[in-house]
Amino acid sequence: MSAMPASETVKELSMLKQKEMIAGNYEMLATAKEAGRKVVSTFVPGNLNELMMCFDMVNNLPEINAIQNAMRKKSGGYIMEAEKRGHSEDVCTYVKADLGMLAKGNLGPDGRPLPDPDLLLLSYTGCFTFMKWFELLRQQYKCETAMLHVPYEGDGHASKNMRDYVVKQLKEEVIPKLERVSGIKFDIDRLRQYLKESAKAEEDFVWVLESAKHKPSPIDAYFGGVYYIGPIFTAFRGTADATEYYRLLRQEIEQRVAQKLGPVTPDGEIHQERYRLVVEGPPNWTSFRDFWKMFYDEGAIVVASSYTKVGGVYDLGFRHDPEHPLESLAEYCLGCYTNRNLPSRIDLLEKYIRDYEADGLLINSIKSCNSFSAGQLLVLREIERRTGKPAAFIETDLCDPRYFSPANIKTRLESYLQMIEQKRHGAAPSVAAE
Amino acid sequence: MTMTSTATADIVARCQSLFDDLNFAYAREWKAATPGRKVIGYLPFYVPRELIHAAGALPLGVLGGGDQLEVIHGDAYYQSYICRIPRSTVELGVTGRLDFVDGMLFPSICDVIRNLSGMWKIMFPKVKSRYFDVPQNYRDEVGGTFYINELGELRQMLAEISGREVGDDAIRASIALYNENRRLVREVYAFRAKQPWKAPSAEVYLVMRAGMILAVEEHNRLLRDYLAAAAAEDRPRRDNSRVVITGAFCEQPPLSLIKSIELAGCYIVDDDFMLVNRWEHSDVPVEGDPIQNLALAYLHNSGDTSAKYEPDQKKKGLYLVEAVKRSGAEGVIFAAPSFCDPALLERPMLQEVLAAHGIPYIAFKYAENSGQMQPIREQAGTFADSIKLWSEQ
Repeated sequence: MSAMPASETVKELSMLKQKEMIAGNYEMLATAKEAGRKVVSTFVPGNLNELMMCFDMVNNLPEINAIQNAMRKKSGGYIMEAEKRGHSEDVCTYVKADLGMLAKGNLGPDGRPLPDPDLLLLSYTGCFTFMKWFELLRQQYKCETAMLHVPYEGDGHASKNMRDYVVKQLKEEVIPKLERVSGIKFDIDRLRQYLKESAKAEEDFVWVLESAKHKPSPIDAYFGGVYYIGPIFTAFRGTADATEYYRLLRQEIEQRVAQKLGPVTPDGEIHQERYRLVVEGPPNWTSFRDFWKMFYDEGAIVVASSYTKVGGVYDLGFRHDPEHPLESLAEYCLGCYTNRNLPSRIDLLEKYIRDYEADGLLINSIKSCNSFSAGQLLVLREIERRTGKPAAFIETDLCDPRYFSPANIKTRLESYLQMIEQKRHGAAPSVAAE
Repeated sequence: MTMTSTATADIVARCQSLFDDLNFAYAREWKAATPGRKVIGYLPFYVPRELIHAAGALPLGVLGGGDQLEVIHGDAYYQSYICRIPRSTVELGVTGRLDFVDGMLFPSICDVIRNLSGMWKIMFPKVKSRYFDVPQNYRDEVGGTFYINELGELRQMLAEISGREVGDDAIRASIALYNENRRLVREVYAFRAKQPWKAPSAEVYLVMRAGMILAVEEHNRLLRDYLAAAAAEDRPRRDNSRVVITGAFCEQPPLSLIKSIELAGCYIVDDDFMLVNRWEHSDVPVEGDPIQNLALAYLHNSGDTSAKYEPDQKKKGLYLVEAVKRSGAEGVIFAAPSFCDPALLERPMLQEVLAAHGIPYIAFKYAENSGQMQPIREQAGTFADSIKLWSEQ
């Protein structure tokens, strides 16, 4: 039986729901000024969506704009525009795609102008570049900035000192600025309500991620996973819409599990699961579908990924807690994937390989993301040593089309899958497919 | 006592041999001299060396392998698009050159050094290592409280390594010694800014770099000797332009690059090569709670660099303008290591501020093992000429 997906396009209810939600948020952004609503720009990791909702602010996420522009093939031009204006070819392409978009009129992915932010809420979590990115944006917008410094879990855990520091910043820095900019007084009971909603969605979200433990896996937890994380990682966590989205999604996946169906791809359903992979690192966005196709053409399913944890590692048990609202937000920010030290990241990947009975680890190393990429070659060695499973390494970029080399990636992927075959048949791989 | 040119040459020769020694013989000997002594390595840009000293340990600046270290193992740990300093640091580690180091500190400068802290835990499990975080919130009761507790944890870690309590009085005494060190460092910088022909930048670099390895008491003596010797020595004054170097605060440029800039007609009158040497702007108070004093000095009396958040947009980048004014510089050279996020992301913001103040600048990138200096010399030479032409109009 072929691993090739059946050529059919399936639009599940959850997909339609998410599409509607994203369009709705861009609509709110486009009309924010005329509607008299304040706009806050912020980041995905450590985002404080529930808190922003307490102030009726519209949430704009520069990373998501960069991703959307990359998927629409617009990011390349924006990056070159930023480089023309003096930004180094060496630095993060999310930043340059965003600054290039701004320089070219700041049209959002839906073609309408994005509003200038009233507040830059810098959740400085797990990525050094975030700090510079918002300083660069502040230089352009000259607007108010709130900095939330989230200490890095260098020793593999969040200490009381770190939690207290984050909570204190929320109380004394972030909330007062949100109050001042929005003109709305903070209501902690409102926050509790949103957090309660978040926890509901998080339960269903984790169920969806863990459904990949089934054989065959009903989902692809990387290429499909980036759609599943959409609502909970962005402007919707804490909303009834997000709860509804994850309820629908879970129902759909439950059906797939019952029917022993594989994941849905842009070309339809995968009928034969030949390889179960864990993937570390963000995807390439400029050739996202081509990249995914290389996997599903071979029957390679990603059963767990680290990228779907950048906005929260919920599958280790964390849930937003309405009983301890600010402490819970602090705990959330501290625990995002790239804010965990390298040994913790390796532990998590090892756990995924074992829990999801994966054939090995594939690392997609991103040129412009040092937060993820620095140290990944050690990650690869450690995973091979600890699990005895083969690991491999490919290199792409987030949204710079110049760094996606399809032939090279395809060759490496195919070699890697052959290595897995060899391993299955008893021959130990001598080296990783580097 | 009048110093002679030999004295200057001798001092610099000693610094050069410390710089060249990638086996860190000085630190090894220092450790072996008294049983129980410990050595604590640290990476750029800043750690409170006072605490290490107060624990009876030697702070050892680990600034990569320069252009004399052949990196073989280190390259196997890093992709081509990551800077050089982590790979040469790994090389120093896996080749046993740091096998006498008892603890390692990785300051919060960027994601590469941050992740290296975790790599060190895996690769060298017997060495106590710590990611050293500093506050990005500068309010006493917020960032200050956080930092005081972080310093407390570091103090505890150092006590465990050294096997002795790190007492308040010991920290106060160390603060006093490092205050003196920073005063002398400031004097050297001021001396060079005033008479750059008397303190060539490659010399000053080596003298400062010696502070990364020498015990502070010895470095203080060396700084005093150098100041006296350099002042006493007659050297020809050249018609050079005066420049500030910025962006080189982590991975260090090869010494030949510093020499090339000067040979091309630029006196370097300020730089950010080793910020830890001059991080606090003035003395840290010795009286009172020493941990609190160190914390407050960090919050309110320390340098600016890309790794530090600037809460006030209006003040962004002014530290560089002030450095230009303070040192009487005529231009700025942005010299950043390739793939250095902090330096390269900061650069456009600084350039905008310089442009607004009418300060000319050029920019280039380097690696610690860059070998080809001709393009740098040409670029710096053209910059020096343009400053001269421009200033004469």
